[in-house]
Amino acid sequence: MYEAVIGLEVHVQLKTKAKVFCACSTEFGQEPNTQTCPVCLGFPGALPVLNFTALEYAVKVGLALNCSVQEFTKFDRKHYYYPDLPKNFQISQYDLPVAKEGYLDIEVGSGQKRIRIRRVHLEEDAGKLIHRDNISLVDYNRAGQPLLEIVSEPDIRSPQEAYEYLVDLKSIIQYLGVSDCDMEKGTLRCDANISIRHKGASVLGTKSELKNLNSFKAVKDSLEYEAQRQQGLAESGREIIQETRLWDEKSSRTLVMRSKEEAKDYRYFPEPDLPPFIISREKIAQIRQGIPELPKERRSRFQKEYGLSQYDSGILVSLKNNAEYAEERFRIWPDKNKKLVANWLIGPLTAIAAQRNQEIFQLEISPEDFLELIELVEKKQAISNLNGKAVLEEMAKTGKPPSVIIQEKNLSQISDAGSLEKDIDEVIAENASSVNDFKSGKTNALMFLVGQVMKKTKGKANPKVAQDILKRRLSGE
Amino acid sequence: MPTSDLNTKTVVQLRSSLVSGDIRCSDIITSLEEKARRTEAEVKAYVRFDGLKASIYAPQDDKPLSGIPVSVKDNICTEGENTECCSKVLAGFQPPYDATVIKKLREAGAVILGTKTNMDEFAFGSSTENSCFGPSHNPWDLDRVVGGSSGGSAAAVASDEAIIALGSDTGGSIRQPASFCGVVGLKPTYGRVSRYGLIAFASSLDQIGPITKDVGDCALCMNFISGRDPHDSTCAEIEVPDYTKSLGEDIKGVKAAIPKEYFVEGLDPQVKSILYEAINKLKGLGVDIASVSLPHTEYAVPVYYIIATAEASSNLSRFDGVQYGLRAEDKEQGAGNRLVSMYKKTRGEGFGDEAKRRVLLGTFSLSHGYYDAYYLRALKVRTLIKNDFGAVFGDYDCIITPTSPSVAFRIGEKSNDPLKMYLSDIYTISANLAGIPAISVPCGFTKEGLPVGLQILAKPFDESTLFKIAYAYEQSTPWHKMKAKI
Amino acid sequence: MAIEKDTVQKVAHLSRIDLSEEELRRLSSQLAGIVDFIDKLKKINIENIVPTSHILPINNVLREDACGKSLDLEKTLKNAPQRKENFFGVPKVIE
Repeated sequence: MYEAVIGLEVHVQLKTKAKVFCACSTEFGQEPNTQTCPVCLGFPGALPVLNFTALEYAVKVGLALNCSVQEFTKFDRKHYYYPDLPKNFQISQYDLPVAKEGYLDIEVGSGQKRIRIRRVHLEEDAGKLIHRDNISLVDYNRAGQPLLEIVSEPDIRSPQEAYEYLVDLKSIIQYLGVSDCDMEKGTLRCDANISIRHKGASVLGTKSELKNLNSFKAVKDSLEYEAQRQQGLAESGREIIQETRLWDEKSSRTLVMRSKEEAKDYRYFPEPDLPPFIISREKIAQIRQGIPELPKERRSRFQKEYGLSQYDSGILVSLKNNAEYAEERFRIWPDKNKKLVANWLIGPLTAIAAQRNQEIFQLEISPEDFLELIELVEKKQAISNLNGKAVLEEMAKTGKPPSVIIQEKNLSQISDAGSLEKDIDEVIAENASSVNDFKSGKTNALMFLVGQVMKKTKGKANPKVAQDILKRRLSGE
Repeated sequence: MPTSDLNTKTVVQLRSSLVSGDIRCSDIITSLEEKARRTEAEVKAYVRFDGLKASIYAPQDDKPLSGIPVSVKDNICTEGENTECCSKVLAGFQPPYDATVIKKLREAGAVILGTKTNMDEFAFGSSTENSCFGPSHNPWDLDRVVGGSSGGSAAAVASDEAIIALGSDTGGSIRQPASFCGVVGLKPTYGRVSRYGLIAFASSLDQIGPITKDVGDCALCMNFISGRDPHDSTCAEIEVPDYTKSLGEDIKGVKAAIPKEYFVEGLDPQVKSILYEAINKLKGLGVDIASVSLPHTEYAVPVYYIIATAEASSNLSRFDGVQYGLRAEDKEQGAGNRLVSMYKKTRGEGFGDEAKRRVLLGTFSLSHGYYDAYYLRALKVRTLIKNDFGAVFGDYDCIITPTSPSVAFRIGEKSNDPLKMYLSDIYTISANLAGIPAISVPCGFTKEGLPVGLQILAKPFDESTLFKIAYAYEQSTPWHKMKAKI
Repeated sequence: MAIEKDTVQKVAHLSRIDLSEEELRRLSSQLAGIVDFIDKLKKINIENIVPTSHILPINNVLREDACGKSLDLEKTLKNAPQRKENFFGVPKVIE
């Protein structure tokens, strides 16, 4: 039996207004090379000055990941030649990162599992390269954006665990409000190291480093592929070579990027242009104070305070904005138990949002309208569940209150037996064979007949009332 | 005031004539240009000389430096004007911004000359022979070097082709050429003057400073270029006193230390005796002189060459042909990594010998397996050297030494022996390692008629003491009034 | 420790500098001399000595998170050896 040993290196672009060492804007999607200055272009003579907020964000993430935040931190230069790196060195952190030795507890099948975090450090991002036929083009807008590198220990044992780790990490960082963590925009990037070994062995195998992972799914899929590949090699007695491999989405395979590359020699040394930083205990405590309720705490609170299941709360809290959206609605729902509201949020509302490629918090439905609809459906039974969903969709589209939509579309539920008699008579007359089936003991036929009543009333009939009448009519007289 | 000899005047003299309306800024520029046209062919203080390219100026302006032309070393960025560090690799580079010192001087009314002064490539050298434009020649003896690396600035001031000039000093690059050319040069405390816009050689050692005809101009210039700069994290937020107030202060009772390690073998006997005369002069002015020890002096040069080259190798890695300057590529676009070959060819062709030596040495001492033995060890010995000075400054106000162990040597004399060249910085390097201010003032001439410099060092941010002592000495000696016959 | 020719070659590659055979020979011998000289430092006892990487005893120099003006695009690209549209052009990068 083999097991995978996985460590993840996550890069998160911090959402500061200005870049990490200069005053250029970090805004996404601008014209190439328009958000640059002598500092982030690495022009001769230019010097870096650290953005206060970037440092504060780094500390915040360190604290949220249970790290020990270092009172004394400094920057170092990391050297390698690449055209997207304007100075051919990156200002990064080597031996004294902002934070180290933390952990993140993830949910696994059997309960919680602790993934240790080795370090969290701040550095500058590189520019972007665009490759054409015979030339590569460089855009330095991204160069100098603040980047946080979060390195886990090799504590992850399966691709699924890696996936959970990323989901939780992303959720935490979004809660902190320090990054969008959007893999599509590249504000969250992930490289993975994976090796395999016999289960229970203590030595580490030879690892491969996986790159070009453009989604959480890609991380999981590539790790699955790579674990299989390595296992295949091991079982057939072939050697696993230390190498960097690229995930190829199309063929769902990892391909060798470079093997036996020239030994990396980054020649780190303390950045002479940046005197060290001392973050006092008081400052750390103050930043800690500013950390909001994190997803895990909020989830237990939702369970306790609103009577929700662990599963439901987990879904609602994973995105901070969704959680706040949900909570705003819970607060004005009169019942102590908020299960009904949660069902509508997770079920129909999430479906509507997904259709429009949105999150629920982006839907413009006021809390009052939303809760009124739930009340109309669930409590007053003024409209059917099915029509309730249709009304909700209309609400999302038009922003109109549910009562108006119900009236406009004439969707009120008919619960008054008298009003239904005529329709039921017709259904009985038109479905003689089903009526006979029911009478001969096939109780299923009743549901069919109820369905016919619903159809005839365009969904307005109260199915329960219709069923009662049908039953009485068919069995009594 | 006759306008023909304005080029020989000091800032202080010119300002009073400008204020009284006797002269205009254009008169000064004309006078400098006329002089330069006569002597530049021999001195070669400027690079690509074809007039001085005075920036637009407002003669009526009433700012403290209005109308004063300033010559600038080729490694200090001036917007839109060539700033090439006298290196092929930066050929044609025109920065999109002004260095902070340039900005400050412009704000004070100064006229920045667009034609830059000559230097050793990237300030790597002690003779200005390592310039891609060829060496400058010493106005006191054209066969001799001007010193370096700010040799062009010193030569321009000494030959009256400049009123004042800016240089940069990483291991003596202002003081040693000032000494060789018989002018005044100051390396300020590390963090006194912003480095923003100074093309970095060794970031933890570099400082910009003035090269002037006398101590008064030096102090005045420092008033305008010093002080906190939000663009330089290493520029200290310490108040800038009016340095001109130190001029004329009594130096009786000032305690000066003479480090015995600086008066040993290797010191030219003529320089030594001239120094002793200068020290006697100071004694006569009431200075208390005592002998002290700076025990780690002999390690300063090796420490310096490890730290400075390591930082230089890093700072120079940006010169790669991507964004500016030279790009060299293979003509045939064969197989292989064209990008890597572009890097290597650009840097192979763009860097001169000394730049290559230093980048290689610096890369070596930072590389895997050597870092602890070289770079880290050097940083620790740097601590010991700094502590040596700290101990002496506990008891003394200043330290007095020769600026250089010799006078200007002959062009070509040391250019094939880098180690010998490195040792000519032996008295100036320690001030950079310790981050303290140091000034060189003329203190006499050898019998061959070559100037000798006296170096005074003081505590961090105590430039005032340097000006006080240097001014008192200068005013009681004739040296600063001597002019090279050119 | 003497520095060997192949060390110089390796270091030249690390620092991306082409050296001719003649240069390699000459620089190797000069660097060997310089390294011999700086090896003098090995004599000193540096136990318990803190390294000095910043000479000024200052820290926490920070800037506010506020945007200023970026460079004009033409100024950014003015010195470019190869400009393609509004990008810097380089020989095609091969991964």
